[in-house]
Amino acid sequence: MANGTIALNGKSFYEEGTTKAKSGIFAWILSTDHKRIGLMYLTAIAFFFSVAVIIGIFMRLELISPGKTIMEAQTYNSLFTLHGVIMIFLFIIPGIPAVFGNFFLPLQIGAKDVAFPRLNLLSFWIYIIGAIFVLVSLVLPGGPIDTGWTFYIPYSVRTGSNVSLAIFAAFILGFSSILTGLNFVTTVHRMRAPGMGWFKMPLFVWSTYATAWIQIIATPVIGITILLVIIERFFGVGIFDPALGGDPILYQHMFWIYSHPAVYIMILPAMGVVSEIIPTFSRRTIFGYRAIAMSSLAIAFVGYLVWAHHMFTSGMSDMARIIFSLLTFIVALPSGVKVFNWVATMYKGSIDPKPPFLWVMAFIFLFSIGGLTGLVLGSLATDIHLHDTYFVVAHFHYVMFGGTGTIFFAALYYWFPKMFGKMYNIRVANIGVALFFIAFNMLYFPKFILGYMGMPRRYYDYLPEFSGWQLVSTIGSWLMLIALTIVIWNIVYSIFHGKKSTQNPWGGVTLEWHTTSPPPLENFEEIPIVTHEPYDFSQLEEMKNE
Amino acid sequence: MSNHDKQHITPYSMYVIVWLGLLALTTITVTVAGISLGKITIFIALAIAAIKSALVINIFMHIKFEEAIFKVFLLVSGMTLLVIFVLTFVDFTYR
Amino acid sequence: MSSIENTLETNSHRHRDDVGAKMGMWLFLFTEVLLFGGMFLVYAVYRFQYPEQFHLAGMELNTTIGTINTIILLTSSLTVAMAITALQKGNKFLSTVLLSLTIVFALVFMVNKYFEWSAKINHGIYPGSKELLEKQNGEILFFGLYYIMTGLHAFHIVIGIILLSVILAFIIRDKIVSNDLVKLENTGLYWHLVDLIWIFLFPLFYLIQ
Repeated sequence: MANGTIALNGKSFYEEGTTKAKSGIFAWILSTDHKRIGLMYLTAIAFFFSVAVIIGIFMRLELISPGKTIMEAQTYNSLFTLHGVIMIFLFIIPGIPAVFGNFFLPLQIGAKDVAFPRLNLLSFWIYIIGAIFVLVSLVLPGGPIDTGWTFYIPYSVRTGSNVSLAIFAAFILGFSSILTGLNFVTTVHRMRAPGMGWFKMPLFVWSTYATAWIQIIATPVIGITILLVIIERFFGVGIFDPALGGDPILYQHMFWIYSHPAVYIMILPAMGVVSEIIPTFSRRTIFGYRAIAMSSLAIAFVGYLVWAHHMFTSGMSDMARIIFSLLTFIVALPSGVKVFNWVATMYKGSIDPKPPFLWVMAFIFLFSIGGLTGLVLGSLATDIHLHDTYFVVAHFHYVMFGGTGTIFFAALYYWFPKMFGKMYNIRVANIGVALFFIAFNMLYFPKFILGYMGMPRRYYDYLPEFSGWQLVSTIGSWLMLIALTIVIWNIVYSIFHGKKSTQNPWGGVTLEWHTTSPPPLENFEEIPIVTHEPYDFSQLEEMKNE
Repeated sequence: MSNHDKQHITPYSMYVIVWLGLLALTTITVTVAGISLGKITIFIALAIAAIKSALVINIFMHIKFEEAIFKVFLLVSGMTLLVIFVLTFVDFTYR
Repeated sequence: MSSIENTLETNSHRHRDDVGAKMGMWLFLFTEVLLFGGMFLVYAVYRFQYPEQFHLAGMELNTTIGTINTIILLTSSLTVAMAITALQKGNKFLSTVLLSLTIVFALVFMVNKYFEWSAKINHGIYPGSKELLEKQNGEILFFGLYYIMTGLHAFHIVIGIILLSVILAFIIRDKIVSNDLVKLENTGLYWHLVDLIWIFLFPLFYLIQ
């Protein structure tokens, strides 16, 4: 039981830092405090997310009717590429680990920071440098990259657009991911508070740990793939040039050996957040703690075995297609374990439908649709029909945006009081979730229908028969813009003008709720000593005295 | 887990013996390459490389004397790499 | 000591954690293994697809230089490992000598590589060259892989030389001492990895006849 009460000197981490500078920009950009680093990531990520959203709005605007609407085809190609590159490499992959992992991993294990705080700051700076490279690639001669975010060869080797710069940015961003990953693994192994055995750790820690392993092991493969494309573009070695014997399918293998595990980098932390929010707002201990913990590791491991389900129509051998399809069905199982356990947790719980919980409800619905349609795609016969159609686009938006994106907001709404010491407007938050949910389905569900009808993805123009649903989807995008504005504005406004929050407004029992809102520089006044089982809500009475 | 006050010091002699072993294995592998053994040459070469690696990893890199967790990490990473090779070759061998 | 009191001594609030530092280093090394592993995968696939042409192209490489470089790297691993033992035993002088030898070996390796590459380039064998493009695809791929893999490896040797030099300076200035030498150990680990990669590169490129 932690004994920390009010900070001895009453200072939060905003008032006390690790830098020589006591205030101003250098007190932040040179800070090794994991909480400040998490907030800096939040600022950068929010910016790039917004940029990518705007790009999406313009894409949908072009697609409101067949033929040219507001831009040329080449521009459209660059826009969908950038939308993908920015969303994936600058928002979703760093997303929850960089913001909430950084802020809350040390807090949840009772540590005062991560294992390598200076490396942590370096990770942030590498992220910024990578982002700058992306921005520079937009404006240099040659024009922005137009290959799609998957930059398949041979086109990525032959096109004149700024491929090398853009993918080199991804290479740099990979380093940020790797360093964060190794920092987190070491932190979990070495810095847990006394009494916090592996099976007393919060489930967010388990999922962040599993994610960190994927960041370490998978990222280098995309690193070498990117290097090889750049080398091919500059030196024509032949490795990725079919005319010289290069094999485009080999490229796809290497690309997806990373990019499939990457989607687990995206979803595992989100699932960890869900495992935090559901017990708290059900006021009940999590059902099947060990199963959920182990399922995170299982997903991380099996996630390495399924990559070629992105390649069923590429020309791979039949044997490979069968095996990868089978493995794909297997990887769905641990995710199913989680969903069942979450639902079981809520059963006979005392539900408090606050905004974080509502976000999680939206998640369960949206992610389930995404996951189930993944099985449709993982099945060989149906995939032949649906590959490279809007069905795929709908599927991955449901899992990535409806899944990870929704939980990014859930985490923000859950941990907001802890991070900022303030509270937001609950009613506006509720409206935000509701509007988001409606807008999401209006924007993306039609794409399942369009894909089934045969509408190909990444197409600038389309046949008139697709017009109706395309229009619906575009209107959905406008609603989404409004929803996102409400959701984000509530947060931004409340950071500066929100009411002061109590230490533990939701009644959570993980260690971060045992310290002040916001926490002091070293997180706890005294080293917490952990005796309770995880998610043991009987602690709440004792905690009232903290 | 506590830090050991007394660190394990590998004696010079152990390092030298391992080095001699590595040189011997190098000699073997070069000699074998000169003999035409057809398809199995590459497997012999890789097997010898694996033995050399095991010596370097265990003794030079000290993993034999480190906490068990390091060996677990190595196993996990190695297995992942192996799985990647195997699954990729499922495609290429069955084309 | 009760287990809770014992664990209060644990690393969550210590300032120095050597095991943690080593753990971080090993995790970083795994990323290097996967990076080169990806390259080896490409090699394996193309060798599988073009076995005879790989053999043909491989005959152009000089086994002797390759063997000498192998011996050089193996010996440099020996010297860096012994440098750690020396410092652990308090023998700063021996440690600096051994570390310097390691750097010398690394430089010799680079010199050999320079001559090897120059010879190839002078014979017109380099990516995009007329001579190379006249060969069959499998041979072109072999040399592409040769330059990329030995080039990436050489890049890591250069980084290693820089790291070893910095660590040498630290030792000379007593910033690394017998009871606080994890930076030296970690640098040694990096160097051994560079050696390990070569242990696999060597037979795949130089012993392919």
